[in-house]
Amino acid sequence: MKILVCVKQVPDTNEVKIDPVKGTLIRDGVPSILNPDDANALEEALKIKDERPGTTVSVITMGPPQADDMLRECLAMGADEAYLLSDRAFGGADTCATSTTIAAGIDKIGDYDIIFAGRQAIDGDTAQVGPQVAWRLGIPVVTYVQDVKLCEEEVIVQRQMENGYEILEVQMPCLLTAVKELNEPRYMSIGGIMDAYAKKVTVWNHEDVGLDPKDCGLNASPTQVFRSFTPAPKGKGEMLDGTVTEMTEQLTEKLKEKHYL
Amino acid sequence: MYFTKQHELVRKLAREFAEKELTNEILDEVEESGTFPEEILYKMGKAGFFGIKTPKEYGGSGGDARCYVLVMEEMARVSGVASIYVSSPNSLSGGPLLLSGTEEQKRKYLPSLISGKKKLCFALTEPGAGSDAGGMQSTAVKDGDFYILNGRKTFITMAPLADYAVVYAKTDMTKGTKGISAFIVDMKNTPGISCGKPEHKMGVIGCATSDIIMDNARIPAENLLGEEGMGFINAMKTLDTGRMGVAAQSIGVAQGALDEAIKYAKERKQFGRRIGDFQAIAFMIADMATKLEAAKQLVYKTAYLMDTHQSASMEASMAKYYASEVCNEIASKSLQIHGGYGFIKDYKIERMYRDCRVFTIYEGTSQIQQLVISGKLLKK
Amino acid sequence: MAVNVIKEKCRGCSICVKNCPFEAITMENKLAVIGTACTGCGVCVEKCPFDAIEKSEEPKDTVDLSEYRDVWVFAEQREGALMPVVKELLGEGRKLADEIGCSLCSVLCGNHVEGLADELFEYGADKVYLADHKELESYRTDAYTAVIHDAIKSHKPEIVLLGATHIGRDLGPCLAVRCNTGLTADCTKLEIDIEDKKIKQTRPAFGGNLMATIVCPNHRPQMSTVRPGVMEKAERQEGRKGQVIPLSVSFEEDDIRTRILEVVKQAGEAVSLTDAEIIVSGGMGLGGAEGFELLKKLADKLGGVVAASRAAVDAGWIDHSYQVGQTGTTVRPKLYFACGISGAIQHVAGMQNSEQIIAINKNPAAPIFEVADYGIVGDFNQVIPALIEALDK
Repeated sequence: MKILVCVKQVPDTNEVKIDPVKGTLIRDGVPSILNPDDANALEEALKIKDERPGTTVSVITMGPPQADDMLRECLAMGADEAYLLSDRAFGGADTCATSTTIAAGIDKIGDYDIIFAGRQAIDGDTAQVGPQVAWRLGIPVVTYVQDVKLCEEEVIVQRQMENGYEILEVQMPCLLTAVKELNEPRYMSIGGIMDAYAKKVTVWNHEDVGLDPKDCGLNASPTQVFRSFTPAPKGKGEMLDGTVTEMTEQLTEKLKEKHYL
Repeated sequence: MYFTKQHELVRKLAREFAEKELTNEILDEVEESGTFPEEILYKMGKAGFFGIKTPKEYGGSGGDARCYVLVMEEMARVSGVASIYVSSPNSLSGGPLLLSGTEEQKRKYLPSLISGKKKLCFALTEPGAGSDAGGMQSTAVKDGDFYILNGRKTFITMAPLADYAVVYAKTDMTKGTKGISAFIVDMKNTPGISCGKPEHKMGVIGCATSDIIMDNARIPAENLLGEEGMGFINAMKTLDTGRMGVAAQSIGVAQGALDEAIKYAKERKQFGRRIGDFQAIAFMIADMATKLEAAKQLVYKTAYLMDTHQSASMEASMAKYYASEVCNEIASKSLQIHGGYGFIKDYKIERMYRDCRVFTIYEGTSQIQQLVISGKLLKK
Repeated sequence: MAVNVIKEKCRGCSICVKNCPFEAITMENKLAVIGTACTGCGVCVEKCPFDAIEKSEEPKDTVDLSEYRDVWVFAEQREGALMPVVKELLGEGRKLADEIGCSLCSVLCGNHVEGLADELFEYGADKVYLADHKELESYRTDAYTAVIHDAIKSHKPEIVLLGATHIGRDLGPCLAVRCNTGLTADCTKLEIDIEDKKIKQTRPAFGGNLMATIVCPNHRPQMSTVRPGVMEKAERQEGRKGQVIPLSVSFEEDDIRTRILEVVKQAGEAVSLTDAEIIVSGGMGLGGAEGFELLKKLADKLGGVVAASRAAVDAGWIDHSYQVGQTGTTVRPKLYFACGISGAIQHVAGMQNSEQIIAINKNPAAPIFEVADYGIVGDFNQVIPALIEALDK
């Protein structure tokens, strides 16, 4: 079986903080990590590889050269090969342009049975690239996948809804986007890390994947950032004081005064 | 300077593993029960922590000394006892086999050690022979296809849990250290081999330590490890590498203690200010951080020398000596910074302080290290 | 649009490097260089004290935008009932349509759902584009995308709004790619630019640490998904009528590539966080699943519902359908009690628009107190029972 996994290197937004004085993002010392939903996507591919010998798992990403670090991590977890789509022309892409580039990369890789992707990245938070890549490739997509069962020609998946889930059948090849409930990603292993740097990371630019610069990156992005700003911090409220009984009585009074109770 | 991106990825793996798996609840439970959860040991095995430097042909990860140091440091930072479980198969138990084992012996014992399925302990110390290892009294007398072992070993890490042991005993009582040989002993299935009661230790609780009693125990001759009379050299060489492991544990625990001190100094307010804003505390932290950095450089350099096949024996001694002493100093100062809370078990520093006390003692006391270092410098 | 450094003005102060949210700027020979990670967000332009960075517009071939008219709202229905977010979208859509001076329409897909059109008119839609077919009974990506794409191609709406539900976030991207246009996800604010009448879509990024205002200048329709519980619901106008425009629907056998085998509802009470007026929420500070039983007592007393932070959900103490935050549900109740919740930005992003936030936490330095209207430093195990008692008096 041939499985592809779309992955992204993201800043660990759980660690990003806002400078309260300047109102700017503090990115110093914020590590770059493999996007959490993508780790679930990769884990599912590796699980299938464990169960079906002869399966290859390839990871693909669009990013700057330092995304190599994240790809090595994927290789250390057990992926067989990695592809990095990197080019100045790809920069500034919105999800539409990103999906064009990734689809071009996948087309160049050639055949595959399943593509896994994470539901959304923790920096963009859009959840758009997965479905858009699928459409460009002409394959069916199921999002919010929390369980996967492989059959002969098709896959049976559980699609998470807000209050339950649906069980869907979809033909391969298809693209599935993973949520955190899908599985528990494995750790890398020391042996895996030793191998990771011996495995090949193939780097492609826009020419390699047959894209014209006007069809990728900022040039091909229908949406653009008009401006960015840090959210205004809410004004500080009132800290209550006294014994537990006193404080809860005060609170009840105040909420009654404001007609909330 | 000493590490490649590959090494940094190893550090990342070990750090994430330690932070995720060794939670406060689990560590408190380990301290309470005196046992370490098998599920976590299983995961450590899967991540390759038990065979970091062992070649892949025996099921190891094919890594190097720097990888080992990084895993030890990151694990020790969160839990001293967890790092002992890492160090055992990588140095004191795996070491003797890799140094002197036949192909057959290596293939028989190493893979299950590395997977974590079996445990092996290193039995050198005796009640009357600590630093003076050559003064051991245990004997191994050849009898046809067997050796008969008699004697008592003491303070053996993991003895009650071990499936096997490498036991050092004298095959020739007249030759001093040159009369010592090493044997692989089946701890569970050999009549005459038993363990004493697990010791009630001050720290690194969760890894049982006890005596091993040998009473006319018959060991097959094929379990001789290396040649007769070469046991002492095997032990000393093993301890040489083991030294670096303890040094790595020390910088790990020291880092943990320093982190706790800095955190506390920022949070705790007295006299209307953070205690970290007072020079007495701030300067203590500066000293702690500086000494820790110096210790780290010694440890990292030792590993680097080993990896580039240069002589590292003196550096290993210096690293173990300095890092273990400085770790105790840092833990002590960190506890002081915590004030009364440092004395309370709810705070992490209390355990760290107790755990690191043994670092200046086991695998060659600080005084032995001084002997080794000065011996090399003052050779006639 | 591209971001450029004006070399003569650059003094090499590195302020831009430190402020770039995407680490896209490096210093080379004391000059700032913009790298491939640049997204054109413009933060550096604002922060440069020497005005040495500029954004430049590049001429583009454009589509004839004037052909596109009207604001459309995707009327998501499940099992024959409209999702609550649709009413919020109609409320917001009406404001936008009025500002531009066009109609507010709705596109509705389903099987035997004509009755819903009346509801849509009462909530403000002027027209309803209706696709009624048995293959549309339950949402499937291929079916809905095909039908709505055809409708967009034929009727050319200027703006399309969808709720950022699990369905909306599936349908939105697929539609955007088929229509070759831009989509902005999880918008929290929509405004019309007074000058060019284009929509400005504001949304959180970086886990809620950064807000970005996005525009889609040259492609149509301008598409947005909007989080449920963020916009205000439209007022119902009983008896209001509108125009139903049927859409023709036909499918070939292989057009729809997924099959629904079963639908499983979560056992237990349905959690409607977005409708709740009072929410009592718990985090890691609860120490275990039992903590939620105490919270439920308070919630029941007040007539509210229980919710949780992601940390509590990940710890397995409560189901993920109770999760509030950046990757959970966004809520804006009248009262939000945050118990044992530290107040990390990913959680705050999901509840900061609550009218009154009451925080209960043992740690006086917890960030939640910075957004709370009232803060109590204490153990929830004591505070909650005391609060219940105080309410009884």
